[in-house]
Amino acid sequence: MPTMNIIQAVNNALRIQMALEPKSIVLGEDVGKFGGVFRATSGLYDEFGEERVIDTPLAEAGIIGAAIGMAVYGMRPIPEIQFSDFIFPAFDQIVNELAKFRYRSGGQYPCPVVIRTPVGGGIRGGHYHSQSPEALFVHTPGIKVVIPSNPYDAKGLLLSCLRQDDPVLFMEPKKIYRASRGDVPENDYTVELGKAKVTREGDQVTLIAYGAMLHVIEEAAAKAAEIGISCEVIDLRTLMPFDIETITESVTKNGRAVMVHEAPQTCGYGAEICSSLYERCMAHLEAPIGRVCGFDTPFPYSLEHEYMPNAARVLGAIRKTLEW
Amino acid sequence: MPDGQSEKTENEAMPMPPQAPTGPAFAYFDQDEEAKALGLFEILSEDSSYDPANTARFDKALSLDLYRGMLLTRLMDKQFMALQRQGVLGFYAETLGQEAAGIGSAAALSSQDWLVPALREHGAGLYRGMDFGNFVAQLFGNANDVTRGRQMPLHPSDPATRYVNMSSCIATQLPHAMGIAMGIQIAGDGSEVCMGYMGDGATSEAEFHVAMNFAGVRKAPVVMVCQNNQWAISTPGTGQTASETIAVKGLGYGIESLRADGNDILAVYEVSKYAVEKARRGDGPTFIELLTYRVSAHTSSDDPSRYRDESVTKVWRTKRDPLVRMRVFLEKNGWLSEADFEAMVTQIEAMVRKSVEKQRDVTMPPLSSLIQDVFQTPWWRLEEQLATLEAIVD
Repeated sequence: MPTMNIIQAVNNALRIQMALEPKSIVLGEDVGKFGGVFRATSGLYDEFGEERVIDTPLAEAGIIGAAIGMAVYGMRPIPEIQFSDFIFPAFDQIVNELAKFRYRSGGQYPCPVVIRTPVGGGIRGGHYHSQSPEALFVHTPGIKVVIPSNPYDAKGLLLSCLRQDDPVLFMEPKKIYRASRGDVPENDYTVELGKAKVTREGDQVTLIAYGAMLHVIEEAAAKAAEIGISCEVIDLRTLMPFDIETITESVTKNGRAVMVHEAPQTCGYGAEICSSLYERCMAHLEAPIGRVCGFDTPFPYSLEHEYMPNAARVLGAIRKTLEW
Repeated sequence: MPDGQSEKTENEAMPMPPQAPTGPAFAYFDQDEEAKALGLFEILSEDSSYDPANTARFDKALSLDLYRGMLLTRLMDKQFMALQRQGVLGFYAETLGQEAAGIGSAAALSSQDWLVPALREHGAGLYRGMDFGNFVAQLFGNANDVTRGRQMPLHPSDPATRYVNMSSCIATQLPHAMGIAMGIQIAGDGSEVCMGYMGDGATSEAEFHVAMNFAGVRKAPVVMVCQNNQWAISTPGTGQTASETIAVKGLGYGIESLRADGNDILAVYEVSKYAVEKARRGDGPTFIELLTYRVSAHTSSDDPSRYRDESVTKVWRTKRDPLVRMRVFLEKNGWLSEADFEAMVTQIEAMVRKSVEKQRDVTMPPLSSLIQDVFQTPWWRLEEQLATLEAIVD
């Protein structure tokens, strides 16, 4: 079985789907001949031609708007937004058009558009190449949000997204684009949307994260184990719709939990997860659910490693919940 | 309503079969790009005089068809606006004064073509065969509404006639029109064209420029039509752009741009036909500015007397009315008698009234529809939320 990084896994998924489904169209800035600034669409232009791998003018609202039009026409567009920091010129298209088309037309115009975009910090990208705006989209009814943490899931989740009929924002954690490597079958397979994964079992504290932060909580869980604390690690994978059963079961069992994401804390995705867990697990909780998040500041350049959650901060939150 | 200048019969020419236009007015299309974008194409002048050499394409059937489309728009608007004033409808927006622009442009499309509307193209949609009952049900947002009462009135949806469902946002539909045209380029059989509509206000929005730029670069089979009614709610054209015309903006994107008298349905039809046929040939996009005037208020929520000189409106309502202009043309050709006209009015009014009667007392969509169509299948939380609501609502 070949070893792939996330970029290669995404590329592999796109290649498989484009070969199977002639209606699938990749479009975006620099996605064609150049293969994308992160190389995720590398080789697709040569394999599928300029009609199906389209270099567009530099305008995010046009990329998403064109994708919506193509979907209305019956195509399966897969637009790329080069960095999720640059998604905002298309925010109106995503929030007011893409996410609402099926609803407002009574199901007459579903819009199966899968937007791929790199997300998150840790690459010395400053304000505009580092942000994690996922909660803004989770808060928008009508669009699914998926963030994989490893190559296997990246391929399987992306293929799932491309084979269902709802719009999806597929956010790829760019810090671990190349760093996360693993065995990825070359054959066609899918990973079900809306299902979290327990990646490490433990019986004292449940750690919950997604994307690049999954690796931070795994590191924290390993360090906690060294000092005799047993952590369960859960990778949410799909943020909308999220897997309430897996996290409820784990937190009910352990009575303690820490939620981690690199987006700012206030009104961040973790707030929803914590609140949902309080609704279901209150009687079983031994301590308030901890949150380790980015600070409520714009994403910094020089102090980005201080800004982003790391294993030490997560370990601190684990101790706090145990000492409550 | 059009009053009869029917006694004037300066032209008794026999109806001629449809054919490619050759009259002197068509020299407009031979001008350089800038002259077309700054000029104004016209066939029927304000007093309905015309050169028969320019109207060769308009036989009795087509001419009556165009007129009936305009008349339907005007008569139904009158009834629906009255229902809004009675509190029966929550909202309405008339097309008064702009009927020629919508109908004349959409008439240039074939049944397989796509129409991406803005606010005042519902008449055009009905002209192209959108189901009238569905349209009225959408106005009421009732259980018969195929869009399940999801939007304010005047947001119909009709895939059967390729009438795309719109939002209330301005200019956001233009990249969609362009995207449909890209889809046609990639996967179509070469027979389809997409027409995307906007008002003058939309040309100030980013997405107008984004869509025009994409369309120019991709040479997409799209016709972008601007109904320049000179008012974006209370903002006049001069407050919207310093450009000499709206059409001329298209030249910056490398798009051929035409400008026509939007109250002259024959001129509207001809510029639109030119653009649609060009797109169908694979010769790329066209931008069309149709100069007209919003005689009515913006919507039922607006009061134009607060911000504009209504004596100007009166000139447009009386001297430049698109229905009067076309009716005189029909009468000059002997194609519409007073009795024919009355029969047409009676038939349309009865159809509208009957449809309203059928829809006005229909119940609202069921509670369960609240969570449908967010996704193909409602996710668990939506099911929970519906259950909570159903527990407290009888």
